[in-house]
Amino acid sequence: MTECWDSSTFDAVSRDRRWLLPLLCAAGAACGGPFPQSSLRPRSDFAGAIDRLFTDIFWWAVLVFILVEGLLLFIIVRYRYREGAPTPKPTHGHTLLEIAWTLAPALILVFIAVPTMRTIFATQTDSPAGALRVEVVAHQWWWEYRYPELGVVTANELHLPAGRTVALALTSADVIHSFWAPGLGGKRDVIPGRTNRLVLRPDSVDTLLGQCAEFCGASHANMRLRVMVEAEPAFQAWVGRQQAGAASVAKGSLAEQGQQAFRRYGCVGCHTMGTMSTAIIGPNLTHLGSRMTIAGGLFPNDSVHLTRWIADPPAEKPGSIMPNMHVPAGDLAALIAYLRTMR
Amino acid sequence: MSRLKRLMSWLTTTDHKRIGLLYFYTAFVFFLVGGLEALFIRAQLAQPDGHVVSAETFNQLFTMHGTTMVFLALMPLTASFFNYIVPLQIGARDVAFPRLNAFSYWVFVLGALLMNASWFTGPLFHAGRLNVAPDAGWFGYANLTSRQYSPGPNIDFWLLGLQILGVSSLAAGFNFIVTILNLRAPGMKMMRLPVFSWMTLVTSFLIITAFPVITVALVLLMFDRFFGTHFYLTSAGGDPVLWQHLFWIFGHPEVYILILPAMGIVSEVLPTFARKPLFGYTVVVYSGVLIGFMGWGVWSHHMFSVGLGPIADSVFSATTMLIAVPTGVKIFNWLATLWGGQLRFTTAMLFAIGFIALFTIGGLSGVTHASPPADLQQTDTYYVVAHIHYVLFGGTIFGLFAGMYYWWPKMTGRLLSETLGKWHFALVFVGMNLAFFPMHLIGLLGMPRRIYTYSPDLGVSTLNLVSTIGAFLIGVGVLVFIWNVWRTRTRGQTAGNDPWGGATLEWTISSPPPVHNFDVIPTVASRLPRWTKTQLKAIPEGAKLAEIHVPGGSIWPLVTALGLPVLALAPLSHRLPFAFVGATIILLGIFRWAFEPFEA
Repeated sequence: MTECWDSSTFDAVSRDRRWLLPLLCAAGAACGGPFPQSSLRPRSDFAGAIDRLFTDIFWWAVLVFILVEGLLLFIIVRYRYREGAPTPKPTHGHTLLEIAWTLAPALILVFIAVPTMRTIFATQTDSPAGALRVEVVAHQWWWEYRYPELGVVTANELHLPAGRTVALALTSADVIHSFWAPGLGGKRDVIPGRTNRLVLRPDSVDTLLGQCAEFCGASHANMRLRVMVEAEPAFQAWVGRQQAGAASVAKGSLAEQGQQAFRRYGCVGCHTMGTMSTAIIGPNLTHLGSRMTIAGGLFPNDSVHLTRWIADPPAEKPGSIMPNMHVPAGDLAALIAYLRTMR
Repeated sequence: MSRLKRLMSWLTTTDHKRIGLLYFYTAFVFFLVGGLEALFIRAQLAQPDGHVVSAETFNQLFTMHGTTMVFLALMPLTASFFNYIVPLQIGARDVAFPRLNAFSYWVFVLGALLMNASWFTGPLFHAGRLNVAPDAGWFGYANLTSRQYSPGPNIDFWLLGLQILGVSSLAAGFNFIVTILNLRAPGMKMMRLPVFSWMTLVTSFLIITAFPVITVALVLLMFDRFFGTHFYLTSAGGDPVLWQHLFWIFGHPEVYILILPAMGIVSEVLPTFARKPLFGYTVVVYSGVLIGFMGWGVWSHHMFSVGLGPIADSVFSATTMLIAVPTGVKIFNWLATLWGGQLRFTTAMLFAIGFIALFTIGGLSGVTHASPPADLQQTDTYYVVAHIHYVLFGGTIFGLFAGMYYWWPKMTGRLLSETLGKWHFALVFVGMNLAFFPMHLIGLLGMPRRIYTYSPDLGVSTLNLVSTIGAFLIGVGVLVFIWNVWRTRTRGQTAGNDPWGGATLEWTISSPPPVHNFDVIPTVASRLPRWTKTQLKAIPEGAKLAEIHVPGGSIWPLVTALGLPVLALAPLSHRLPFAFVGATIILLGIFRWAFEPFEA
């Protein structure tokens, strides 16, 4: 896939963790490109708070690591067996020492626990008035996003305005999933029968990758998502396009044949398409052409992949609930032409 | 002895030493099976968009890798040492209930075989594939495990197999509690108990308290799947999160069930090869007990992403961080044991020191996800996979290998080769760090766990390749160990009673010990009987020895155990008659067992 992240997103690692870069380069990984799904690349207030906390804890861990492993290495070298050395003194304990090394870790933990509690309460707040509300509905294996105030319903690609607080309400249509776009912050499980919340404010224009983080069945690996954080005007423009009705198809065109095929092969049984159908089992396809990916963020949205996908979904995505409808090649081409028109 | 007779002697044995060996070899085979599953997983993930196995098979592989390693490899490997070593350490002739001990073993084998039969029995269920192994993760989160989302026999194999294994663990748990509390030699006060036996006691208490919880959870799941109840289903007011609470109330103590025995082994090995008593014995024992207790108050740290609210998150975060204190105390006590010693780097010692080095890393990464906000980025990613493997591989398995090299001469009469042992250690140590250290970064860079494929866009391809190379290096190391065991059978150096100069009772008797262990039950006067002068009373010349009663063998534990998998066939195949057959076998077995005459 060739899209979305330009060179400006190359700061894979946040400011205070530049030291990681040589490490990653040594592993040959950083040189391969940016890390669009990295948790070390915070792009929201929520992710930033976590990142600062983790950095703190990380350095405490490094300190203890150096202390313990250093001591161990020293002991290994200093007290290795030597021929003819006297039998060691049988020490059984030392009360003061033992009290000291009980208190020391306890003290370090206080330095970790206090900012931890602070961050817990700071990041689990109620959403402020005026926050953009988005309902996230997880399905096996794709994401549905509903913007109730805007009347927009889309799938897999979440569009958010930069600088505005967003309140995500997460529910599941089937099993437990977990919504995770590391750049936006920590994950939150999506549980049937419950509504979970995430409140966060994306702070820079960027395209972030994410995916389901709770094992949810055969295609758990294929339940991916994208977050397009856009400047307010670009976001408004996107909303405008999504609010428009379905594109019309020219009479006698291939797309029109495709529209009939869409009805004939039962697509309408599962997918919403403009005013033609209102089914909600699969993703809303009214503006499919405006999306970059299909099939749960798995493939780029182009004719080749669409054709392959519709020809045999379970072969492309194990366990896919969308069945193979055995669409003959001619009708398939018409269907693709139609779907490509639906922008 | 004819071949049949020899076979029967193993099938009917109630000797804790033979059962210990049976546990060892069986569990080691399952360790290899779980390892093979891991290598398939690593082969698939060596590069992005891998095609070594299908998605369905991959999901079965990681489910069975976790289930196998926890229930069929690590727990029974620790059980093999409980069996072989604890009676020797406390100066007993056998465990308290020898036939129950045999029963535990046979139930374990049969439950393990039943669960693994799922790899080959797909055609019996018209599944359209050979393998119908469990595929919802070793943690089997509801409601993915419901009949609606997992219609096949996969989850049935899992929940029935685990219930059977629970019977085995519970019986063993009770057996070792009674053994350690009641069968100690005269003078073996609780605070003279070797640390390994202490940790066995704590572990056994954890087993008998934790396994009922998962049994309840599994029974509810069984009712949901077979009888249409809705304990975990929202459709009629149930709640899938209930499963998570039950599973982790079991699951976290389970982590300590896996690590405490290894800590016990390390606490035996370090003093022996440092030629110094364990530093702060009392504190090490008490912190082990404390860890056992505290392990009950932290389960929700597995559930920070569930959204239990800031209060619950804070409380479970605090209790989790507190556990780091007794754990840290143990590490410092081990270091102080080594300090000032004369360290002999035998293979057992290398693995014990490796335990300290690697377990420390696992503990520190554990502290990072004791912090809920940080955990929200880390949970369900490879960062946690790295953490658990530093704890359970770097910790438990290193501890177990230390125990194998340490006690092998006692158990077989022959010393494992130290040269091959050092190769084994080096390969596994390097391989383990190559395999699991990069996973910290893979996780932080955004790769979730339990995915059969990943996009090259994530930028973690090279790191994954390194990890796979490390995993195969571990495999080579384990092959070296197998070769070592094989050649030791005939070419190993004879051990004598005490090749290491150990301090505890097991080193006072021959290797392997006679059936009755001790000619005369020793009277213990100190914590380190062999290191303190005038500790063991010598047998007076010409004294008449009391008659020694050793229980004879019995086939009925095996027969009774056989009833359980037959019983499980009933729900598995949806054929009721199996239930009656199974129940009859169990009743018959128990009846004959109960009225079996005692024979010497």
